[in-house]
Amino acid sequence: MSEPHCNTPRTPAWLSWFVGRLGYGLLTAWVISLVVFIATQALPSDPARVILGPDAPLDSILTLQHQLGLDQPIAWQYLRWLGSALRGDLGVSLDSNVPVSHLLWGRFGYTLVLLAGVIAVVVPTALALGVALALRRDSRLDRWGLSLLIFLKATPGFLLAIGLVLLFSMPHMDFLPAVSILDPDQSLLRQLRFLVLPVWALSLTALPYLTRMVRAAMIEALASDYVIAARLRGVPERRIVWRHTLPNALVPAIQGVALTLRTLIGGAVLAEVIFSYPGIGTALNAAIQMRDLPMVQAIVLVITLAVVLINLLADLLTVLLTPKLRTARRVTLIQRNRRGITPWWRRSRGDA
Amino acid sequence: MNEPQTRKGLLITLLVVAVALLGPWLAPHGPTDMVGPVYGAPTGAAWLGYDFLGHDVLSRLLSGGVSVLWMSVAAASLALAVGTTLGLLAGLSRRRLDQWITWSADVSLAFPDLILVLLIVSMLGRAPWLIVLTVSIAFIPGVIRLARASAVAVAGQEFVEAAQMMGYSRRRILFKEILPNILTPLLVHFGNLLTWGVGMLSGLSFLGYGVAPPTADWGLMINENQAGLLVQPWAVLAPAVLIGVFAYGTNILAEGIGRSSAGTGAKQP
Repeated sequence: MSEPHCNTPRTPAWLSWFVGRLGYGLLTAWVISLVVFIATQALPSDPARVILGPDAPLDSILTLQHQLGLDQPIAWQYLRWLGSALRGDLGVSLDSNVPVSHLLWGRFGYTLVLLAGVIAVVVPTALALGVALALRRDSRLDRWGLSLLIFLKATPGFLLAIGLVLLFSMPHMDFLPAVSILDPDQSLLRQLRFLVLPVWALSLTALPYLTRMVRAAMIEALASDYVIAARLRGVPERRIVWRHTLPNALVPAIQGVALTLRTLIGGAVLAEVIFSYPGIGTALNAAIQMRDLPMVQAIVLVITLAVVLINLLADLLTVLLTPKLRTARRVTLIQRNRRGITPWWRRSRGDA
Repeated sequence: MNEPQTRKGLLITLLVVAVALLGPWLAPHGPTDMVGPVYGAPTGAAWLGYDFLGHDVLSRLLSGGVSVLWMSVAAASLALAVGTTLGLLAGLSRRRLDQWITWSADVSLAFPDLILVLLIVSMLGRAPWLIVLTVSIAFIPGVIRLARASAVAVAGQEFVEAAQMMGYSRRRILFKEILPNILTPLLVHFGNLLTWGVGMLSGLSFLGYGVAPPTADWGLMINENQAGLLVQPWAVLAPAVLIGVFAYGTNILAEGIGRSSAGTGAKQP
């Protein structure tokens, strides 16, 4: 049962794949910076006009354009913006005249804590629930569980959050605060109870997708040949489930977590606004309402780069946890775009 | 249609659509008429009470569904049409175009949906057609991926090669042979898009970037009456329930279609 032994070179085989993947990630990051810049500064709408409102006098618009460097050529504006962003200088907030990076660090930390909390709740729950439902497939529990998951999946996340607020702001339900008014002077660890409801609301929206994914992967794994072989050899069922099938069902779950995080970040904006949680989502909402252009640019840039980074880490983990991919000289399985599909008319005519 | 889930989903969806479409005629008051006390409790004359300005909640509820409904249907249809075309094109074209389309879809997937829509709407304004356009742009990459993957899977099968050997044109093979065979996954995805669209559009209105204030709109009603949640919960609950029920109906519909097609496909042992 040993894998075909390849004499392992000094550099691991997946490294060349990783370098390519890293380059792809950097390219994506660059395109994202371009998109953010175009959407905010190069579209026909004049940012100075957006910031000052439609009735502003021409003088102040021209002054602001000069102040923001909007009167310079567009390519030069982009290069300057990108250059300072690379040096960590994201500009100065128009609303409060404080460097954007100062304002963002704390906010970003709060959102990270929130998302970490959600992942810490969702992943174990989804695993346990998914395995339980897969083992009792088509039972009453399975049917009811799936209906509940469909209900949670269908309900827009912000409605779930509002429902929780409504529930916990009722009289006699005041043991959990419905609004997260954090004291910035105290560490977050002492104020964990403010986190409970936002984490709960976001977990409920993230749970259905992951649970159903684990359930499907487990059902597929339980029907596979190696499980039948293990059963025939008399391996106890418990051991088959936890040692043989679950690790195989885990790998697709990594990509699932990455995808969940992407949707969670969008959902976090709404949840943070509903619970008044001082994270990056409320900052974005406030920045858009204040028409604080550098702030909006910086937040969107940071969020999207975080998504690129998450995808990169998920791909890396997938490769490292899958022996077949880890030792392969050329990883083609999760390389999404390098391999064009040979068109069928060329293939069958034989001129490809 | 045999699947009970599909019928249930269709029924729920049509019910909400009927409320939204017929509502404006059934409403006892105009959606912007101030007819009662601010946050007035439900009475015999106003079953759901009054909202933050003293509008009749029931009237606003009955008039406020059309905008969410047509915008989500329009955004989902637009995304499906454009995404399917691009996906088919990518799945069945030469390497360069395929790589280009797939790669752009991947890059745009790095923008969380709501963030992309917020960015564009905040910069360009909140005309309804613009919101529909941005929401559909946020949906297109997902459709492209799905359509491309399904088309590639179908393109290798014998009937396509047979049709191609009979000398049919490429366009005819694309739209007459391949498209009908990937219609089911696309239909399921359309149901999901409707669910997400309703969530995103009402979320957008809730944040205050959707339909402009005096108009009645379910998401906007939640936003407006949130301050009075404890005094007059119906002004928030009623639109929230309708949004939730519509999203639930479209989702069950999608699940049902998906399940019945999976059932017929996986019957052989």
